[in-house]
Amino acid sequence: MRRFTLTPYLVWMVLFTVVPMLLVLYYAFSVPTAGGTTWSLENFSRFFEPIYLRVFLRSLSLAVISTAICLLLGYPAAMIMAGSAFKRKNVVMLLFVVPMWMNFLLRTYAWLTILERSGFINSVLAFLNLPRLNILYTDKAVILGMVYNFLPFMVLPIYSVLSKIDKGVVEAAGDLGANPLQVFIKVILPLSMPGVVSGITMVFMPAMTTFVISRLLGGGQFTLIGNLIEQQFLVVGDWGFGSAISVVMIVVILLSMAVMSFFEGPERDVALW
Amino acid sequence: MVRHLKRSYIYLIFAFLYMPIAVLMVYSFNDARSRGMWGGFTLRWYVELFQDRTIMHSLYATLIIGASSAVLATIIGTMAAIGIHNSKGPAKKVIMNVTYLPVLNPEIVTAISLMLLFVFTRVRFGYLTLLLSHISFNVPYVILSVLPKLRQLNKHLYEAALDLGCTPLQALWKVIIPEIMPGIVTGLLLAFTLSIDDFVISFFTTGSGVSTLSITVYSMARRGINPKINALSTIMFTFVLALLIVVNVRQAREERKERNGKRAPKKDSPYDPKFGSA
Repeated sequence: MRRFTLTPYLVWMVLFTVVPMLLVLYYAFSVPTAGGTTWSLENFSRFFEPIYLRVFLRSLSLAVISTAICLLLGYPAAMIMAGSAFKRKNVVMLLFVVPMWMNFLLRTYAWLTILERSGFINSVLAFLNLPRLNILYTDKAVILGMVYNFLPFMVLPIYSVLSKIDKGVVEAAGDLGANPLQVFIKVILPLSMPGVVSGITMVFMPAMTTFVISRLLGGGQFTLIGNLIEQQFLVVGDWGFGSAISVVMIVVILLSMAVMSFFEGPERDVALW
Repeated sequence: MVRHLKRSYIYLIFAFLYMPIAVLMVYSFNDARSRGMWGGFTLRWYVELFQDRTIMHSLYATLIIGASSAVLATIIGTMAAIGIHNSKGPAKKVIMNVTYLPVLNPEIVTAISLMLLFVFTRVRFGYLTLLLSHISFNVPYVILSVLPKLRQLNKHLYEAALDLGCTPLQALWKVIIPEIMPGIVTGLLLAFTLSIDDFVISFFTTGSGVSTLSITVYSMARRGINPKINALSTIMFTFVLALLIVVNVRQAREERKERNGKRAPKKDSPYDPKFGSA
């Protein structure tokens, strides 16, 4: 039975996962020559030219900023929702995830309507006789779009870890003389680290690689690393360079995941749940 | 007091999450050229939406690709999960890691790798490439939904079926499949939703003339605001909301039944807020 069930999938997996990844590596490490292709690191050395490095650093900083904002907004939210402020927790959580079920593009597009020059926010500001706010097609709009789209990815893992923490542990800390701040820093925060780590990874990765949010809210001129890859494949046709950037991006993400799991490290083994 | 503060914070977050959708919905009924103004109530954009052939075509394409890729991914994924569950040792580890690869990879990398594959094999870009890509990014999610059910399964059930005279195929069909059905349904629903929501992978693997709803919205939105998109968003949001309410009411009813001890527990629904987290 095993051969019957597993073999079709193995063929599928090799064809649609392994071979495509090998093709990306092949294109990244080779350049076309007169008589075919040769192995080369040229695509990677191009990446380190100042223009491209600037794009990379810009993507990195926007991703870090939006991840930090998501964490700052999301951690308290997750904590409140996991606590006893609401009686019907399930309903609150459901309301929280409903917007996520709307098409990702439509959600991003919605911000166009709001931030536009004659859009919702500016109408409200004009009505109140306040100066206009023009952040559409800037870094701020892109960060806003990222936070809006990825905030649930931060809240959900933290929420699920926090709601599993044994209440007795928290009470015990209080009984042993810790004030609320100490309870939070010494008990709740360390216990919630796995959730924080997976939240950070789940926000950082899409924020680092998006090209849709930057294209729609950042305008045509705005380039992040995702836009650069898109351009290489769909406009310029330089698959080698595009593949090389993708490989660099995968390495960055793997590195960040390794760093994150290092932070998560020891707590995981003595976890209380 | 503190409780009120906490609640207000959550209400603020909800306002942030829902405001864009609410604004879209209100503007979809706005009969005015200038967007800041309210020009009266109209259903004009809805009429225009249903007359727009590009949007309607892409809606059909989205639904067809979504349904067929979900069904095929569920078949491949369920068989794969059974196979993986029954294998052991380093081979199993390698297979699982490769299965996880598309889940962990950034979408754009999966997208370009599939595009390179189709270029390399000279498949014509269009419905076929779109369908194959959607199946391939959906299969891992089906496997990940079915595997937990297989782990919960009693090992001896399959042997018992064989002892009672089933052929292996009959045992699979009559015993294993019904037992893991909840996982299979979860996988199917998840695959369908992911396929409908996908933009990045479709964008890179579609050909001229074939476009999904996401791709159409992208090309329209790049040219700026379009009230037809607002109308479309309103319809989609209402549909999703209705679906979620139905699923959740049904689930709540079933949970109540379970508490009365009538049915076996059922978890792992993609409509459960906790699904896929942790």
